[in-house]
Amino acid sequence: MKGYIKLENGEVFEGNLTGSNQEVYGEVVFFTGMTGYQEVMTDPSFHGQIVVFTYPLIGNYGWNETDIESATTQPAGLVISEAAGEAFHYEATQTFKEAAADAGIPVLTGVDTRALVKCIRESGDMGAVISASPEKAAFAIYEPLGEKMIIPEVSVKKPETIGDGDHHIVVIDFGYKRSMVKSLVREGCKVTVVPFDTPAADIEKLTPDGLLFSNGPGNPQQLQELLPRYRKLAQMYPTLGICMGHQVLALAFGGKTEKLRFGHRGANQPVQNTQSGKVFMTSQNHSYVVKENSLPKGELAVQYKNINDGSVEGLSHLKYDIITVQFHPEAHPGPADSREIFHQFLEYLKRKGREKTYA
Amino acid sequence: MPKRTDIKKILVIGSGPIIIGQAAEFDYAGTQACQALKEEGYEVILINSNPATIMTDTNMADKVYTEPITFEFVTRVIRKERPDAILPTLGGQTGLNMAMELHREGVLKGFNLLLLGTELQAIEQAEDRDAFRTLMRTLNEPVPESEIVTNMEEAKRFVEEIGYPVIVRPAYTLGGTGGGLVYNSEDLHEIVSSGLKYSPVTQCLIEKSIAGYKEIEYEVMRDAAGQKIVVCNMENVDAVGIHTGDSIVTAPCQTLTDREHQMLRRSALKIIEALEIEGGCNVQFALSPDSFEYYIIEVNPRVSRSSALASKATGYPIAKLATKIAAGYRLDELQNPITGTTVAYCEPALDYVVTKIPRWPFDKFESANRKLGTQMKATGEVMAIGRSFEESLMKGIRSLELGKPHLYNNEYMELSDEQLEMKLQKAEDERIFVIGEAFRRAWSVREVHELTKIVPFFLEKIARIVSIGEELRDYPGDAEKLLCAKELGIADETAARLWEWTELDLYHFREKEGIKPVYKMVDTCAGEYESDTPYYYSTYERENESTRTEKPSVLVLGSGPIRIGQGVEFDYATVHTVWALQEEGYEAIILNNNPETVSTDFSISDKLYFEPLTLEDVMHVIDIEQPEGVIVQFGGQTAINLAEGLQERGVNILGTTLEDMDRAENRDKFEQALQNLGIPQPLGRTAYSPEEALVIAADIGYPVLVRPSYVLGGRAMEIVEHEEELFLYMERAVKVNEKHPVLIDRYLLGKEIEVDAISDGETVFVPGIMEHIERAGVHSGDSIAVYPTQTVPEALKQKLVERTIAIGRGLQIKGLLNIQFVIHEEEVYVLEVNPRASRTVPFLSKITGVPIASVAAKIMTGRSLLNQGYDNGLLQEKKEVSVKVPVFSFAKLRRVDISLGPEMKSTGEVIGRDHSLEKALYKGLVASGMNIPKHGSVLFTIADKDKKEALALARRFHHIGYTLIATEGTASYLLQEDIPVTVVNKVAESSPNLLDIIREGQAQFVINTLTKGKLPARDGFRIRREAVENEVVCLTSIDTADALLKVLEMMTFRAEAMPQMEPSEKVSVNGGAS
Repeated sequence: MKGYIKLENGEVFEGNLTGSNQEVYGEVVFFTGMTGYQEVMTDPSFHGQIVVFTYPLIGNYGWNETDIESATTQPAGLVISEAAGEAFHYEATQTFKEAAADAGIPVLTGVDTRALVKCIRESGDMGAVISASPEKAAFAIYEPLGEKMIIPEVSVKKPETIGDGDHHIVVIDFGYKRSMVKSLVREGCKVTVVPFDTPAADIEKLTPDGLLFSNGPGNPQQLQELLPRYRKLAQMYPTLGICMGHQVLALAFGGKTEKLRFGHRGANQPVQNTQSGKVFMTSQNHSYVVKENSLPKGELAVQYKNINDGSVEGLSHLKYDIITVQFHPEAHPGPADSREIFHQFLEYLKRKGREKTYA
Repeated sequence: MPKRTDIKKILVIGSGPIIIGQAAEFDYAGTQACQALKEEGYEVILINSNPATIMTDTNMADKVYTEPITFEFVTRVIRKERPDAILPTLGGQTGLNMAMELHREGVLKGFNLLLLGTELQAIEQAEDRDAFRTLMRTLNEPVPESEIVTNMEEAKRFVEEIGYPVIVRPAYTLGGTGGGLVYNSEDLHEIVSSGLKYSPVTQCLIEKSIAGYKEIEYEVMRDAAGQKIVVCNMENVDAVGIHTGDSIVTAPCQTLTDREHQMLRRSALKIIEALEIEGGCNVQFALSPDSFEYYIIEVNPRVSRSSALASKATGYPIAKLATKIAAGYRLDELQNPITGTTVAYCEPALDYVVTKIPRWPFDKFESANRKLGTQMKATGEVMAIGRSFEESLMKGIRSLELGKPHLYNNEYMELSDEQLEMKLQKAEDERIFVIGEAFRRAWSVREVHELTKIVPFFLEKIARIVSIGEELRDYPGDAEKLLCAKELGIADETAARLWEWTELDLYHFREKEGIKPVYKMVDTCAGEYESDTPYYYSTYERENESTRTEKPSVLVLGSGPIRIGQGVEFDYATVHTVWALQEEGYEAIILNNNPETVSTDFSISDKLYFEPLTLEDVMHVIDIEQPEGVIVQFGGQTAINLAEGLQERGVNILGTTLEDMDRAENRDKFEQALQNLGIPQPLGRTAYSPEEALVIAADIGYPVLVRPSYVLGGRAMEIVEHEEELFLYMERAVKVNEKHPVLIDRYLLGKEIEVDAISDGETVFVPGIMEHIERAGVHSGDSIAVYPTQTVPEALKQKLVERTIAIGRGLQIKGLLNIQFVIHEEEVYVLEVNPRASRTVPFLSKITGVPIASVAAKIMTGRSLLNQGYDNGLLQEKKEVSVKVPVFSFAKLRRVDISLGPEMKSTGEVIGRDHSLEKALYKGLVASGMNIPKHGSVLFTIADKDKKEALALARRFHHIGYTLIATEGTASYLLQEDIPVTVVNKVAESSPNLLDIIREGQAQFVINTLTKGKLPARDGFRIRREAVENEVVCLTSIDTADALLKVLEMMTFRAEAMPQMEPSEKVSVNGGAS
């Protein structure tokens, strides 16, 4: 059936509505990676968003059991040029369309996605509705993502433990991607994922060797109340922050964040290590950035920068073993050229271990 | 790391002539390289023997040497110019091989030459099979089981171990020359022995066949700081087993998961890191369709055909940036030229689908073996962009200009199911149409997949195109169905055929229904960043991004894919036209579909539309741009063919009018026009029956030139001496009837002359007159052309000029014209007039210094010749002698007869330029790839009719110390004339026969002239093919042989005994006898 996506700025794009027919509101964003739609659809950072894929053919290799980043489908809706009705891959257990239907989210296909993307590029990420009758759309009922506390919707409800390695990492979960945990397990870690609001004492009881502040959806400022707790924890253990985790840690140490006009979402963001000068390709998915001039002196230093727009891509603490990155070293989807970050983090753990031994 | 300042002068090595496997993509790469270096302020010295390229324009480098790319000449240039550095990685395999030779021979070291870009050691590691496999093993990157063999025994032993099928790849050859997929011992013997011969290091790699795997390519770049990116990945529609140059290819990959893509990306980056590539590199993978298993097939440590394709597919100019990297820059220091706002350290994101389809020469070579395998056979390619795979595929199909705009071919409808199955299994060039037929017969995707090994993703799409096409037939006048078909890229021509409408009606119907395409921009970033790249493609969607500017514009039609008869020279003319239009203040818009060329570099024109060259697609652009006019004269036959349709739709064709063009091309009108001008042409008439033919021939007098008006490939023009022969020809060669008449012309034996001229309708300026070495009867594109003429007396030259002026004025030519004359018994006859850019435009432009295409383009926009400083008459001829020598790709095309005739067969050309004809010829022949030893043997197999002329040649060979070899007939004839000759057995006779002589390399040259019909033509054919397969120079024209002898005579000295003492009574003393 005919369906539409109506943007907050009034633009309407027509398409064919499949999956669910229910009207959904969400923040409309676009993803530029040419592969990885399944990872996007299960990445909690996309929770509550309407994702537009810039690559026109989505679903070619179907849906498999491996490329799943969380237990559920996360975006509120999808907008696509052409969705594959069949799966052309030996690993596929379902077609893309079946998976979308099972997830119960609306998929609008046959849309001039390039025109839509240009619209977002010019007006910025904004509210949108996918609907069969857009004339009825009432943005009055739409609550912007940035003003909502949505992390409880994606964070684990109780601690989960994965792996049995020598280093014990506790993940403060804002909506973690499974491949992040897998990366740590592969490096010989035991990982315990805890709810984002777990009291510090409970975390201490887990005797972690290190902490990972995970990725997650929405505005980091929604976590204002928890910042002192996060700061205290980060000062106690070697800490890695990824994406939302990076933003939260920046806030915790006195920095500020702001919203980009439209976020970086794709597999081709070039990031430079400000010390070595070396540039590498990263996978990204974020709307908010840390403001460079907001960083308090003597605490956090900018370690990585985006070479296209100069935005902050990572920090390191001058006193504590804290590194944070805006990009996704665990990849999935996208390049794993920054896997080094995990190694660096593990180096911190090992150093810490030695200190303990010789103390 | 900014650019290097320790070097000032850089030598760039080009890729030489166009041959199969090394085509216009290197003009594109080389042009970008030269421009990039000049931009950085370096002094650029270029060596390239190909006169037809933009790259060899004098403004492309500080100094351009059109010398042969051989060790001898490159060294000479180095000695003269003393460059600081050399850039070899942009001149294809030719450039790399030359750099390696310079290194081996100590020239690099001797002249203290720095090598820019990737280190030679890395190149060797990537190119040498053994070194490469060792490297892959250390990197833990899988390569198929394989072994390098240097003789047949080793080959057999290894294959016994691993079993058939295997792939044979000769080392260091272009486009896989001499290699192939082998299923049995017989083929193994044949392919390995020829492969060893082709390999300059006598090495072949025998490899376990992984046919059926997905073939995936990665275009990667790395800078000296070790920063790496993947510009583009590409998936071959045809599975491993068919050379990627002969495969339909899509970008980006369509059927890979992100994990698979990242796995291969990582592998590609690991490899270029290990090789320490500085610049561009291509990595080819075979990926299992049902596991994560993959193999590295090949690594090309340089820019390649694939990188040209990747550049056009993404907009990312690989060659330009590879050059800047070679000059010392880092990727993050360079700007992404497309967006202008982001850095070159960028992995483009596409929001469209690109399809590349090869263009094969089998329309010219019907007898050729059309099977596709590991040896590339395509001469060129087209690329098309769409928002769906279907759209891009169908746009590509109609860009091929095969007269088949849809996945449909009448011929295949008549095939039995078994035949169809066979054609699906053993891929030939037209397999895509065979697949279409299979789906029309409702075969399942599974069945077709099993036969073709093409992954179901692509087959489903093809099946959809077929079914939507079939469905459309049942809904004439249904706008909704039509829109659906248009979205899948189905051509108006097809829809009109299905509805039994005219194409024009369909066009009007679409206009009324508002079914019109929009144009989207190619921007490397999927719309993420704003960019103003003027690079567009059409699609049926909502938003149009291409807006017309206020500036008056002109649309220039390109020439489409490179094919025999329409090569890079037309791209040269197209680019020059654009520059001229820009100088005149116009916005120059290009429409073309060839990804290999300079004209489709978005930075050349004000706007580039990457679209099929069909009436429908051109009209869409015209509708949106409303140009002042369209220029068709520079796009070869492709563009000319569109002129009529465009004019019918009210488009203004700039330059010579359609009516005047027709006066040159229509036989009857042309005859009339020449008569009016009082210019003679060979008598000729059209015969509609054999009887009529005999009457006409008797009337105009023998010898006559006969040819079918409708040429079926291969069946060619013949020179017929008398009635009996004509009778035989009519029986044997043609089916003459009302629909297919035969043209009969008086054959005038004589010198063929070619003139290029520029005319504004009143003034006609002649930049130069060229003389052909081969007599009339050999296609002008296959003849050696000489400038200035060497044997034409002044009076006749005057006449040539007068007649050219008369024709230019008489036919009201506004732009270019090319005339072929024949000089016969002191009279100048006109053979044909081409009212458009000819193949010789770039050659003549470069040697005379007249910007021919540019002057002509300005005429088309209203400027006169006088206004541009040119008057009636011939330009003062230059002293230097220049020759244009054709280059053939026969080694790649099995079963093609190499004899020269009226059908063009060459794929490219080289120039030779020096102070004397002999020296120029020497350079030309050497540049064309000929090896000219000072002594050796020459094998003569001469037709009776040519024996007399051949005798003189034989004597001259003998005088310079060459040994003559001939079969009995020719031998006894030579012996009668006191020329010593070694007799050898004929083809049919026992070994060692003539073929063995060729195979064993005992003859350096073979001179074989064509016997018409009588003797077993097969013998001659076998001799010629044997020569080609064994890389022995084979000449089929007495005139070419004469030219070669001139060169040899210049190089060598006669060895002759002193004359005997004369008896005293015969001695005469000056003045004493009277």
